Amino acid sequence: MTVPAAVPASDAAEPLLSVRELRKHFAIRGGILSRVIDKVHAVDGVSFDIAPGETLGLVGESGCGKSTTGRCILRLIEPSSGEVWFQGTDVTKMGPEKLQSLRRDMQIIFQDPYASLNPRLTIGAIIGEALTIHKLAPSRQAHEDRVVQLLETVGLRPDHMRRFPHEFSGGQRQRIGIARALAVEPKLLICDEPVSALDVSIQAQVINLLEDLQEQFGLTYLFIAHDLSVVEHISTRIAVMYLGRVVEIAPAAELYDTPLHPYSEALLSAVPIPDPTVKRKRIMLQGDVPNPIRPPSGCHFHTRCPIARPDCSQRSPVLEEKRPGHWAACHYRE
Amino acid sequence: MAEPLLDIRGLKTWFKTEDGMVRAVDGVDLHIDSGETLGVVGESGCGKTVTARSVLKLIDMPPGRFEAGQILWKGRDLIPLEASEMNSIRAKEIAIIFQEPMTSLNPVYTVGDQIAEVIELHQKLSRKQALVAAAEMLRLVNIPNPQRRVHDYPHQFSGGMRQRVMIAMALSCQPKLLIADEPTTALDVTIQAQILELMQEMKDRFGMAIMLITHAMGVVAETCQRVTVMYAGLVVEEAPVEALFGNPRHPYTQGLIRSIPRVDRSAAKKQRLEAIAGTVPNMLEPPPGCRFAARCKFAMDICNQGIPPLKEVGTGHFVRCVL
Repeated sequence: MTVPAAVPASDAAEPLLSVRELRKHFAIRGGILSRVIDKVHAVDGVSFDIAPGETLGLVGESGCGKSTTGRCILRLIEPSSGEVWFQGTDVTKMGPEKLQSLRRDMQIIFQDPYASLNPRLTIGAIIGEALTIHKLAPSRQAHEDRVVQLLETVGLRPDHMRRFPHEFSGGQRQRIGIARALAVEPKLLICDEPVSALDVSIQAQVINLLEDLQEQFGLTYLFIAHDLSVVEHISTRIAVMYLGRVVEIAPAAELYDTPLHPYSEALLSAVPIPDPTVKRKRIMLQGDVPNPIRPPSGCHFHTRCPIARPDCSQRSPVLEEKRPGHWAACHYRE
Repeated sequence: MAEPLLDIRGLKTWFKTEDGMVRAVDGVDLHIDSGETLGVVGESGCGKTVTARSVLKLIDMPPGRFEAGQILWKGRDLIPLEASEMNSIRAKEIAIIFQEPMTSLNPVYTVGDQIAEVIELHQKLSRKQALVAAAEMLRLVNIPNPQRRVHDYPHQFSGGMRQRVMIAMALSCQPKLLIADEPTTALDVTIQAQILELMQEMKDRFGMAIMLITHAMGVVAETCQRVTVMYAGLVVEEAPVEALFGNPRHPYTQGLIRSIPRVDRSAAKKQRLEAIAGTVPNMLEPPPGCRFAARCKFAMDICNQGIPPLKEVGTGHFVRCVL
C-alpha cells in the first residue's frame, strides 16, 4: 500500500490536502456524429498529501498532467474519479454551495497574467470582486481599505486600484493575480506556472514575494512548474509527474541530491547550469514524450528509460517508499 | 587579428508607432568571429531579437528603419544592399531559426518541399535532387525514417522534431553563420538538451559560427564562448563566458546571474534570490543616462548624465558602466 486510501478525520498530523487516485480522462470526439472515439488519460491515478505550511512542487514536461491535477483539486475541471480531501471533507463530492465556500480556502494563480485579468475591470474591481462574492467587507470603506491593504501586501501602490490591467507590466500583473487570490484569506494557494511567463529578474521578485507571503500568512502552496530550478528553490517536497502519473515524491534537497527514478534523474541532468566551470554528465533521453492518448504499456517511461528491462513494458510500477519520505515508482531502483 | 565574420557597429533600428519612435536597438556594437558561438542575452524588449533580424534585414520597413550604424558581413555593409543581393546572403551565408518552429514552417507544404525549395534556390539542383538532399539533411539532424518523413507535413512533427526540421532547413546551404533566436525556449528541458547537443554537433560538422539569442543564462553558460549582454537597446557587457559568469562587472549582469535559482547548489546553502527591483525603461523615451540607473543599487548622479561608453576592463571584457 503506497498511501492510505482515505484520510482519517481525527488524525493529529493531518495533511491540509490529500489527493487520492485522482484521474481525469478527456474524451476525444470525432466523425460527423462527434462520438467519443478515444480518451486522453491526462491524470492517471495521482496521490499525494500536502502538510499545512509546506510547498509541494509539482514538476514535469508539457502534457504530463500537472496543470490538470491542479485544476481538478479546485474542481475548475471535474475529475473523472478519485478523491480530494481538504480539511476532512472530500471536495469531489461537494455541492455547488459548499464548493463556493471551499474556494475561500483554496485559490489559484495562473501562468498568464495577461489572459487571467479581465481587461475591462479596474484593478480595484478585480481584487475586490471576491470580497463582494464572499461578503467579506461590511461597508464600502472597509472594502476599499482591504483592497488598498492587499495592493500594499503585494508591493503595489494604492493609486493603482483605479487603473486597468493593460497599464501594468507582466510582473505587476502577476502581483495583481496574487492580491486577488489573497483577498479571501485562503489556506491553500495553487500556483500554476506563476513565473514562467516572466523575465528572470522579475521572476525572482515574484518568487521572493510568494516566499514572504507564505511566512506572513502561513500559506500552503501547490507549486506547479516545468522549471526545475525554480521548483527546487521554493519547494519543501517535490512530486515529479510523467504522462499522468507521479513517478517520484521526495523532500526537495533529497530529490536533487539522490533522485531515484531514472526520469527525475534525466530531467535534473538536463537543466542547464549558469556556471561555465561546472561540467556535468548529462543523461540524454532519446525521443519525445509519447502520445498521452496511447501511453506505453507497463511503466510509461520504459520507451525512453536508460535502465529499462523487458518486463518494464508489462508491469506498471507503483509508488513505493524506497527511503523514509522518498517515494518512487520504479521496479529497478532501490 | 583576423577580420570578424560579422561586425555590427553602432546599429540603431527604430520603429515608428502611434505613440512615437520606439528605439528598440539603439546603438549596438557586437561582432562574431568564424566558428565561434556568441550568446546574446537579455530580457524581453532589450532588442536582442531586433538586432538578429536586422542582420538578415527581416524587419518590416516601415514601421522599422535603420537609423544609424553598419552591419558588416565579411567587411561589406549589408544595410544598403538591394533585396536581390540580400537573397544571395540569406540561407547561403547567414541562416536563422526561430523560437516557435510551428509558426515558421508553412503548414500546407511538406517539410521536404520546404527544405528542397531552399536547396533548389541556392544550389541549382533539380527538384528531385533537392528532395534527396532534403532527406539527407533530415537524417543529419537525427530525424528517424528521413525518407518517409520528408513527405510529412509540419503538424505531423512534435515541437522538438519541428525544431530539428528548422535546423535542417537552415543548414541545407551550409551557412557560415547560424542565428538561433531563442531556439529552445518553447521546448521542454529534455528536448532542449537534445536540440542544444544537435546544434553543437552541426557546428562541429559544418564549422559555422552561431549567434545564440536567449534569455536563459544556463543555456549560455553551457554553449557559448563569448557573451554579449543587452539591456534596453544597448550592449552593457561583453566578455568571454568564463569571465562573464566568474567576474560579471555590470550591475545588471550581476543581478541577472544572482536572480536565477540554482539546482546545483545544495538546499543548505540556499539563499533568498536577489531580485532586480523595478522594470525595464520605456523605449519611447529612454532615460538620458545609463538605462539601468533607475534599477541600479550603485547608481550615482553621474549615471544620469549621458550614456557611459563601453570600456575594456579585461581581455575581451567590455562593460558600459562608470564604476
